[in-house]
Amino acid sequence: MELTAYRRRLWINKLAFTATAFCAGITLSVLFFILGYVTIHGLSALNWNFFTQLPKPVGESGGGMANAIAGTFKLIFGASLVGLPIGILGGIYVAEFGKNKTGFFVRYAADIINGVPSIVMGIFAYTMVVLPMKHFSALAGAVALGIMLIPIAVRSTEEFLTLVPMSIREAGLALGLPQWKVILRIVIPTAFRGLLTGVLLDLSRVSGETAPLLFTAFGNRYWGSGWLNPISSLPVMIYTYAVSPYEDWHRQAWAAALVLLIVVLITNVGARLVMRRQVRVS
Amino acid sequence: MKGLLDPREVLTMNPEPLTSSQPAMSSTPSQGIEARHINFWFGPKQVLTDISMKIRPRHVTAIIGPSGCGKSTFIRTLNRMHEVVPSARLEGELLLDGANILELDPVMLRRRIGMVFQKAQPFPTMSIFDNVAAGLRLNGLSNRLQLEHIVEESLRRAALWDEVKDHLEKPGTALSGGQQQRLCIARALAVSPAVLLMDEPCSALDPIATAKIEELILGLKKNYTIVIVTHNMQQAARVSDETAFFLLGELIEFGDTKTIFTLPKDKKTEDYITGRFG
Repeated sequence: MELTAYRRRLWINKLAFTATAFCAGITLSVLFFILGYVTIHGLSALNWNFFTQLPKPVGESGGGMANAIAGTFKLIFGASLVGLPIGILGGIYVAEFGKNKTGFFVRYAADIINGVPSIVMGIFAYTMVVLPMKHFSALAGAVALGIMLIPIAVRSTEEFLTLVPMSIREAGLALGLPQWKVILRIVIPTAFRGLLTGVLLDLSRVSGETAPLLFTAFGNRYWGSGWLNPISSLPVMIYTYAVSPYEDWHRQAWAAALVLLIVVLITNVGARLVMRRQVRVS
Repeated sequence: MKGLLDPREVLTMNPEPLTSSQPAMSSTPSQGIEARHINFWFGPKQVLTDISMKIRPRHVTAIIGPSGCGKSTFIRTLNRMHEVVPSARLEGELLLDGANILELDPVMLRRRIGMVFQKAQPFPTMSIFDNVAAGLRLNGLSNRLQLEHIVEESLRRAALWDEVKDHLEKPGTALSGGQQQRLCIARALAVSPAVLLMDEPCSALDPIATAKIEELILGLKKNYTIVIVTHNMQQAARVSDETAFFLLGELIEFGDTKTIFTLPKDKKTEDYITGRFG
């Protein structure tokens, strides 16, 4: 009797283990499936021209997406200027002064904004920037992405600052240092690599956003100059090219997807490498 | 703010560091602390009840008691470190040489009442030198010569100088546990406090490192008022002049260490030191 109970337990154990391992396998294979699929389709259309030339007019084959690649980086740069200072300072507030109701609400608000569909962010930036200025612009795109960046940066900054043990702050305070100096000169340097990792991950998250750019940065078949003209970006190009009826554009869309994926991948791996060298706080 | 020194004044008022023949640091004449009817709460929970005691200058006062008796909480009120916990509430009077601790600026107060914690916590991004210099440097002292003098003197007083003098640029976290704790003591001494609070400074150390710290404490009491929290009764007996026994947030007995350990007046004290509970 006891032996059958034991056998049964072993069997259930095996079953549960197999189920979890199977699902873990699926998670992993989805990643590799996407990577592989995009690589196979994208690689064939990827060539030097893709990185150096402007898109060709409809009907002509060839050309590239140099403007979209540059535009994506420009938009991310602009979004950083808008979103990172607010997000990081807000994150410092939440982590260091947020053990109260205000902190709770800021955290909560950040999570809610994080959950807002990105197209709503686009509409918001459209109303705030595009409508008053009466035209699409890189600025509007940067604002849309920047606003998305704020809550993400708040949370990642908070996360890495709270990894710094309370005892380090106390040690600083006990030396007769004012709190702001403890934060600025001791806590932030201790968490620095973590904060940098956070920023890289945050940027890689918004760099693939398409919806907020559709009616803010809009798109441009040429180099968009300055901040006040519409600008091309990889995600929007992928969208436009993928839904077009032209075979050649489809191939270019795959190439663009591959380039975007590689950019995101490099940022992510870079972030991990930075974190690995973080000063260990035992 | 009355009777309080401007930090820059404190930092610049030591002309000695520049003349090598004299001791590099002059600590302010040591000061005593008096607690009058201290009651303390974390949220609704009362942690300390009506504590009154006088801590004598340039003596070692040990606070003993079982875990959760409020001994750590009590010494954290002495330099107002309890204020980092938002729900903390304190009633009563705390005097440092007659000045009301609760009315002093906490930042200034903590330069006069330094603290060493249970877990040695060197600043991870800083070298040994920078750790000791941190308190002064982050408060604006940039004279390299003066800093070097104070760092050396602090490390000497913390009995660590000989072990680290050849690699002051190494990270503080690379030291052993016992060395890290002495580094933290040196760091606390560098800002010239009059009082040193030690919250179970040896509880994470092996016996040899503990013996070193105890020896150090006995040397430091010539210049500093020391309050040490310990759950190790032998340690209290070895290093302290006076001992306070806390139980469930109350001060049960306070007096000469020898008397407490040989002729305790209270039955509860006797039970505790003879190991009948705790």
